[in-house]
Amino acid sequence: MQELYGSHWILAALLVIPLIGALAAFAAGEANAKRVALAVGIIEFVVSVPLFWTFDAAAVCQQSGLVGPGQIGSLPVPFQNCGDVAWMPDWGIHYRVGLDGISLFMVLLTTLLLPLMVLGSWTYIQQRQRLYYSMLLALTTGVVGVFVALDLFLFYVFWEMVLIPMYFLIGIWGGKERIYAAVKFFLYTAFGSLLMLVAILYLFFQVRALVGTPTFSYFDFIRLPLTGTQQGWLFLAFALAFAVKVPMFPFHTWLPAAHVQAPTAGSVVLAGVLLKMGTYGFLRFALPLFPHAATARTTVTIAMVLGLIGIIYAAMVAAVQPNAKRLVAYTSVAHLGFVVLGIFAFNLQGIQGALLVMIGHGLSTPMLFFLLGMLYERRHSYEVGDFGGLAASMPLFATMLVFAAMASIGLPGTSGFVSEFLVLLGTFQSNPFVALIATAGVIFAAYYMLPMVQRTIFNRLDRRENHAIADLNSREMAILVPLVILILWIGVYPRPFLDRMEPAATALVEGLQNTRLAPDPARVANVGVPPMPELP
Amino acid sequence: MLQHTTEAVGAHGTFHPFLLGWIVLLPLLGFLINGVLALMWWRRGPAPAGPEPSEQEAHAHGGDAHPGVEEQHPAPLDKPWTRTLPSLVAPGVVLAAFAIALVNFWGMLGAELHEPVIERYWSWMPVGSLQVDAALQLDQLSMLMTLIITGVGALIHVFSVGYMREDPGYPRYMAYLNLFIFFMLVLVLGASYPVMFVGWEGVGLCSYLLIGFWFKEQANADAGKKAFIVNRIGDAGFLIAMMLMFANLGTLSFSEVFAAAPGGLAYGGVVVTAVCLFLFLGAAGKSAQIPLYIWLPDAMAGPTPVSALIHAATMVTAGVYLVVRSSVLFTMAPTASLVVALIGALTAIFAATIGLKQWDIKKVLAYSTVSQLGFMFAAVGMGAYVAGVFHLMTHAFFKACLFLGSGAVIYAMHHALHATHNPADAQDMRNMGGLKRYLPVTFATMGIATLAIAGVPPFAGFFSKDEIIGAAWLGAGGTSPMAQATLLGIPGTAVMGFIGGTLTIAALLTAFYMGRMMLYTFFGPNRTGAEEERHLHEAGPTMTVPLVALATLSAVGGFLNVEHEVPIVGWFDFGQGAALHHWLHPVIAGSEEVVRANLGELMEPHHAWWPIVLAIVIGVGGLLLARALLNPDALRPAGVEPDYTSAPERVLYNKYWIDELYHALVVRPVNVVSQVFYRVFDRGIIDGIVDGGARMLQGIGLYTGTRVQTGQTNTYAFVIIIGVLVVLGAFTL
Repeated sequence: MQELYGSHWILAALLVIPLIGALAAFAAGEANAKRVALAVGIIEFVVSVPLFWTFDAAAVCQQSGLVGPGQIGSLPVPFQNCGDVAWMPDWGIHYRVGLDGISLFMVLLTTLLLPLMVLGSWTYIQQRQRLYYSMLLALTTGVVGVFVALDLFLFYVFWEMVLIPMYFLIGIWGGKERIYAAVKFFLYTAFGSLLMLVAILYLFFQVRALVGTPTFSYFDFIRLPLTGTQQGWLFLAFALAFAVKVPMFPFHTWLPAAHVQAPTAGSVVLAGVLLKMGTYGFLRFALPLFPHAATARTTVTIAMVLGLIGIIYAAMVAAVQPNAKRLVAYTSVAHLGFVVLGIFAFNLQGIQGALLVMIGHGLSTPMLFFLLGMLYERRHSYEVGDFGGLAASMPLFATMLVFAAMASIGLPGTSGFVSEFLVLLGTFQSNPFVALIATAGVIFAAYYMLPMVQRTIFNRLDRRENHAIADLNSREMAILVPLVILILWIGVYPRPFLDRMEPAATALVEGLQNTRLAPDPARVANVGVPPMPELP
Repeated sequence: MLQHTTEAVGAHGTFHPFLLGWIVLLPLLGFLINGVLALMWWRRGPAPAGPEPSEQEAHAHGGDAHPGVEEQHPAPLDKPWTRTLPSLVAPGVVLAAFAIALVNFWGMLGAELHEPVIERYWSWMPVGSLQVDAALQLDQLSMLMTLIITGVGALIHVFSVGYMREDPGYPRYMAYLNLFIFFMLVLVLGASYPVMFVGWEGVGLCSYLLIGFWFKEQANADAGKKAFIVNRIGDAGFLIAMMLMFANLGTLSFSEVFAAAPGGLAYGGVVVTAVCLFLFLGAAGKSAQIPLYIWLPDAMAGPTPVSALIHAATMVTAGVYLVVRSSVLFTMAPTASLVVALIGALTAIFAATIGLKQWDIKKVLAYSTVSQLGFMFAAVGMGAYVAGVFHLMTHAFFKACLFLGSGAVIYAMHHALHATHNPADAQDMRNMGGLKRYLPVTFATMGIATLAIAGVPPFAGFFSKDEIIGAAWLGAGGTSPMAQATLLGIPGTAVMGFIGGTLTIAALLTAFYMGRMMLYTFFGPNRTGAEEERHLHEAGPTMTVPLVALATLSAVGGFLNVEHEVPIVGWFDFGQGAALHHWLHPVIAGSEEVVRANLGELMEPHHAWWPIVLAIVIGVGGLLLARALLNPDALRPAGVEPDYTSAPERVLYNKYWIDELYHALVVRPVNVVSQVFYRVFDRGIIDGIVDGGARMLQGIGLYTGTRVQTGQTNTYAFVIIIGVLVVLGAFTL
């Protein structure tokens, strides 16, 4: 077990199982596609789960990289499950994958949500089921790939690969304005991605020019000496791609549109993991690759201000939404604002808190979307005004909604509190005033969430069609209960999570702190990797 | 996962806490059992044969809820055990917790601990230099609070069995109540600020759920929401205080903060003052002080036992507990302390004036609670921590008794009004009158509690309230650690003199409005109606026994802390002396240390005769004044009695229009700004630019079909092409 789970085969399996599943689901036919998808989802999850226990935070493994002038060799890196297979060696493109404390939980979150999404689509999706479940599974491969890729080219392929199934999920199975939403989603993200592609290629040519060897390896890129100006522009290109994905104000308007139109599972995967690709991108790439630019005063100021705007502005906008799904979409912007603050606090509490927000938000917001989807299946509406008094006719639903709302607004005992508390503590140490303003987000969270809860499940049950509405069935409870358990687990005993992410976060923080102190922009935060050898 | 490391430090032998964790866990267990029952109960069962037990009927027994015409609704699966099981489990777990607490109390009495006993269970938030343990701390203060919470809580649970058993949401109600006890115990037993915050927000959640318990009335749900949001404003202050502490002291556990603060922070410095002010913001939210008191009167929308337990006896005193717990910090920040005391005194008199003119019996008690909490804050703000806790305790007794008594009144009124389908308001005192003939036990117990709150010797409130007002006069004479500080240039002695005067007037008003409430409710002719009158009767023993128990505590609770050297008060020293002072001394020893280190020895207090005589005159006089000025015989029922017409009466009846003011100054503007953000920025500017860009693309023919269904395929094609191009583009480079 330990041997298998220490190898890169396990990551390969996580990438391949959904792909095969996608083909199988397509081949299975309309009636059975969802059963196949569910089986594949469960297998994927079950295969991934032992990673949580076999993960060794102190592990180091070998990756190919420059070890001497013009010489590719084996390089110790603070990752595990490392895989390294030449793909297009002429261009230095390898299948390079690995796992560390930052990516581990993103992968696990993705594999957890997959079977839940299939269950959530069980009766929701009535048309073109083969295609739908294939798309869902293919999407999973893309997302897992984004989180495990350690080759910038491979990363980019997966990054784009996510875009296409997501586009179809919204565009085919979405609501009335699905095309508008899908195109908006696509244009925004494609715009960001293209800039990142240009930056990746620039880096590639820089390395090649310097050492004469083509490579897309993450570990070569982060050791590349870059001037301050170079870092600034490249950081900007990467940061734009990620900022759109997060999304950070003012690049966020695709998100409410996409959420409102997307089918339940689309919203779940979007809020649950796709947004985290943006913040993951900052942690994995934008910060370690361009530490000098990332820690520059201007960058930090802009990031903090945009994060703050996200927290306050999005919360206020959320409060005036009559459409519950749009409301929850805006709350995502607010929560991800906390992640941005935590990341740019450049200390352990901030970054570990940010990672924990990414996980916690990936549980509580999907829970909210699942619940809204369940309501939609019954009443074909997301408008809060169409409901009221549901606690009387749907007590289980009401209980779950209150729980999800409380998790979302960060009540202690849920994941939301631990994570946002850590972010606030971290932010306060680096910038007290930002933390003071961000704390207002705690108030606004109650201000937008409680009226929605009240108008949905409390007040008078005054609509006849809401009287006979059926409460949650066992399939729906099977979706929600795992989320409830995890939210409480992280809220009460987050240590297993914190311990696993600690070394990666520490390395990142130390690298960034050192860079901030160093006057020379060429210094790089080499995240535990030996420095680049003397180059000709 | 569970690692116990128990420290037992005792002066007279060692003390090992007995099942400390179970005190907290038992109510949680009760919550789980009742919660499962509640959900099972509400799951739709087979349609009952025969006439449906209409919800309306059951609702009417619930008391406070105004039984309107309920919609037809599938009857819940109602089995006898869904009523008997919660009746046994819910009070049972709290009683068991109380029993365990008592065992610990006996142990602590013998051991004379100087240090708190801390039980660590697991490491909660270990991140870098931050170490927060899931740990409980038992010391004299948390012990006292635990006894109050589980003791008074158990009585109120028993009362609830009688009061709520007929309600269709009975198991749900009991589940919430148990959950509340759990969080409240976490609040007072937590060994660090973050653990305390768990309880702090947890009780807020329970308060929210219980205020809106009868959620079908929008007003109830609104009140719950208001309570939660206003409390969150305070919670933000609590969070900021924690950030400040961690940034400056590197720790958040009580023992470490209080050990590090005297050396790590400057006495009277900016940091400690800011910490204390932010903590007080949190306290003002939870304990309903100016400017955040507005949620508490609305919270009366919840069932009356909830008002007694949460909104009088326990949760709302959490802010006082917070200040006393942080006494080291507050003593180090005398200016912040003066702010606390001043706000407390102003709240005390402000709320008391509103209480003068309310007709709703629960509203009178609600404003009374706000006012009494003001007394407690005035005490702790002047450094009279024990006096604050003393009043917290006696207030828990007499106010719980008063609220439960009002519950018994409302219960009887509801039954009477329901019997004749009279839609009149069961909580309006104008519809009551002469109830002492029908509810003798309720009258007697509420009478005792009224004497206690009014400050008539030798009832409990006399001793605690006198100690607070006495502390103000002494402080004005210079014996308070806050005396040498200044607030906006005004010397502390002057501030405390002002507080003394304010509290004296507030005490007079207290006696007066309580006398008014008793007169209008229990004296004079009955105004309920001739037919209804015959249905007025006392409730069963589940409701009267808790009343008698609380009335007894209200009568004798004050003897727990008798300062021998105070004139008249000293007569009641039967050898116990100032037992509470002695008991709590280890808890506030740290603050005394701060005083000694920074101010030297304070001058000995000199107790004069006149304050105590004044206090008695005010307490008795206020009640007599009400009797002299008010005539219950002339009052008419709510529909007939004219509204207030004179300007001062209208101002007080309408609560100074503060709710309306907040609505205009805060709620409306926030809403308007939110709308502007959404419509102007989000949809207008940002989306305008994005959509404009998209239209430009459309113009060049790359992009088709925003709304056109047939344009789908074009778009797919476009997407696929772009995607493939992007990937292939990289290859060819």
